[in-house]
Amino acid sequence: MKLRTFLAAGAVASVAMAGAAQAEDMTIVSWGGAYSASQMNAYHKPYMEMNPEVNIINDESAAEAVAKLRAMAEAGNTTWDVVDVVASDAIRLCDEGLAMEVDVDSVLAAAPDGTPASKDFGDFLVTPCFIPQIVYSTTFGYRTDMVGDTPPKNVCAVFDLENYPGKRSLEKRPINNMEWALMCDGVAMADIYDVLATEEGQAQAFAKLDTIKEHVVWWSAGADTPQLLADGEVVIGSTYNGRLFKLIEEDKQPVAMLWDGQVFDLDGWIVPANLSDERKKRALHYLNFATDTQRLADQAKYISYGPARASSAPLVGKHATLGIDMAPHMPNEPKNMSNTLLYNYEFWADYRDDIDAKFQTWLAK
Amino acid sequence: MANGENVSGPILAADGRPLRQSLARALRLQKLRALMLIAPLLIFILVTFAAPIADMLFRSVENAIVPETLPLTVAALEDWDDASGQPPGEKVFAALRQDLLAAVAAKAHTKLGSRLNYEQTGVASLLRKTGRRVKRMEEDGDLAAQFAKIHKSWADPETWATIKRFSNAYTSGYFLNAVDAKLGATGIEARPENERIYIFLFERTLILSVVITVACLLIGYPVAFLLATLPMRTSNMLMILVLLPFWTSLLVRTSAWKVLLQQQGVINDTLVFLGIVGDGARLAMINNQTGTIIAMTHILLPFMILPLYSVMRTIPPSYMRAAKSLGATDWTAFWRVYFPQSVPGIGAGAILVFILAIGYYITPELVGGTSGTFISNRIAYHISSSLNWGLAAALGVILLVVVLVLYWLYDRIIGIDNVKLG
Repeated sequence: MKLRTFLAAGAVASVAMAGAAQAEDMTIVSWGGAYSASQMNAYHKPYMEMNPEVNIINDESAAEAVAKLRAMAEAGNTTWDVVDVVASDAIRLCDEGLAMEVDVDSVLAAAPDGTPASKDFGDFLVTPCFIPQIVYSTTFGYRTDMVGDTPPKNVCAVFDLENYPGKRSLEKRPINNMEWALMCDGVAMADIYDVLATEEGQAQAFAKLDTIKEHVVWWSAGADTPQLLADGEVVIGSTYNGRLFKLIEEDKQPVAMLWDGQVFDLDGWIVPANLSDERKKRALHYLNFATDTQRLADQAKYISYGPARASSAPLVGKHATLGIDMAPHMPNEPKNMSNTLLYNYEFWADYRDDIDAKFQTWLAK
Repeated sequence: MANGENVSGPILAADGRPLRQSLARALRLQKLRALMLIAPLLIFILVTFAAPIADMLFRSVENAIVPETLPLTVAALEDWDDASGQPPGEKVFAALRQDLLAAVAAKAHTKLGSRLNYEQTGVASLLRKTGRRVKRMEEDGDLAAQFAKIHKSWADPETWATIKRFSNAYTSGYFLNAVDAKLGATGIEARPENERIYIFLFERTLILSVVITVACLLIGYPVAFLLATLPMRTSNMLMILVLLPFWTSLLVRTSAWKVLLQQQGVINDTLVFLGIVGDGARLAMINNQTGTIIAMTHILLPFMILPLYSVMRTIPPSYMRAAKSLGATDWTAFWRVYFPQSVPGIGAGAILVFILAIGYYITPELVGGTSGTFISNRIAYHISSSLNWGLAAALGVILLVVVLVLYWLYDRIIGIDNVKLG
């Protein structure tokens, strides 16, 4: 009898504990590496300190997030609570009904001076499902010891084989490369997407890329170009500005940054559609904290990506371990922004399949 | 009839039933019992393996989203002649408005946009934009003009032709795309030259897989021969050398090849140091076909060596000795006596390596650059990045069929009974 009571009590307790553990776990999906570490330091740790009952589980599969979210939705069992994706993927997830629409002003914190979140994020709210977090850019780094006495000042150095001979690395996709090709083929910044929407414009971009095709190493992972630059395999190459920051400031490689022609892109959060009310509430509670003005500024202490809120910019301080001022390393620092392009989400959502097929054919020939 | 039965008279079993019947019954019971025994495995395989694959492959023809999202429009479009060069009448626009209102409420219109954008560039934003404004339309006004005001594509008959062409619950669109064709106004037509990619990639995948299989055979055969003929102690050491890379992570091995093969890598540095190639003329051995062939040959080598080895071990050494004692030279004895007996191992190894190679994905992605990637890299792209699962499924079906056809051919020409894994 006693034994049975004991067992029953144990069973009840373990069920209660399992229930409790389930209620408190929150799975946040992100990109891993230095980026996840910056989120851990700036968002997760302080949040868990303030809400000790919540346990944040860091999942590092953001690279496959779109496909996995769709598979989870089809299986009817979404195990993720908050997912870090780039803006173009957020648009796709929103289109597919896989991400929840968020009313920014009622969910997110206003800026310290009272500016509502929707104003503070401004143009970066590219789709109703997306809560922007950082501005990053795809830009070029070059080997300072391989460019002689005339370091490149302009993105068109990539197409200048005469003055900058050697291999260059570009991402194995049409996005950004087509824009740079047109930019360096005399198309005005404002006309790029109008030109790119036409067959002739696409042919023009491919013709420009043809001039360097044999000298290009195509990358698909963000770590490729830093590695190629460090090994001296390429003289100039495109990658994310945060990767170059690490290569230059932390690894002290003879590499310099070319901000000219950088393409802005956004990375941020989405909440999967069809979460239970309880999980949804928790996810939004977390997001309210993690995307407030101070938290976004804090993240810049650990990684050189710019906060997506206008009100965070003045609060950006020094790097947590290197002790250098981070503001000059932000892609949205005015000094770095003389010649920039914002990723045209609408255009690429429409033309991605079409131009990608042409790009792959062009690559293969 | 009754008369005839009486004449031939069926043979009866002991219980008075016709023997044929009771025999069939006994056999049926036996078969049923056998089926029951394998049922757990069969059900397991069907549920966890066959059904998901079938479901995935079914997506290559599935197109229910169009008729389900635009039921009224699809019905109204039946009367519209897509060759007329005119956009359809007011009736269709009224149906479209109705459908879109329902679709926006269910948030299905953007999904439909993604689907149709595979067939006509621009439909994704067209539907996103229209979805935002359809609620504010005036029901009684000139709907065609109102739609055209939201986006000029609604006045373009081409948009309507696309919707009509893909209004069935099943579509050949994905398969046509997978063989570089499309469903045009006049039926099936080839895609423009600058978009043809898949047939080219299928060919490249097949050719490179054959090259890799042959390379594996040429390198693996002598190794397996050594393994099988050397004394046990030495051959065990050799075997560990064969298995060690087999147990090492695929990514580690691929990255090691990167370090070795790149232009500033170990091999090029050595060649430059020895003065065999100039510093300006370093060999490009990675991020191209050469890289894929070298790395994949190395990675798949154990799959060739192990079946070869297990077959060669069963060849009695006395046969070779007998051949030599009858006057054969070393070469004749090997070629006429030993080699034919090792053919089943070659068959097994070659099939294994070839089938693994044809679906390989990670190594070509890492070291293949642009000229060394396979069709599987495109399938992965469509699954995880472009989300065009229909096209990925169609490409997968074609790859599966190609492998099955090759297997069938192999069976016809060489015979699958000749394959031995040991």
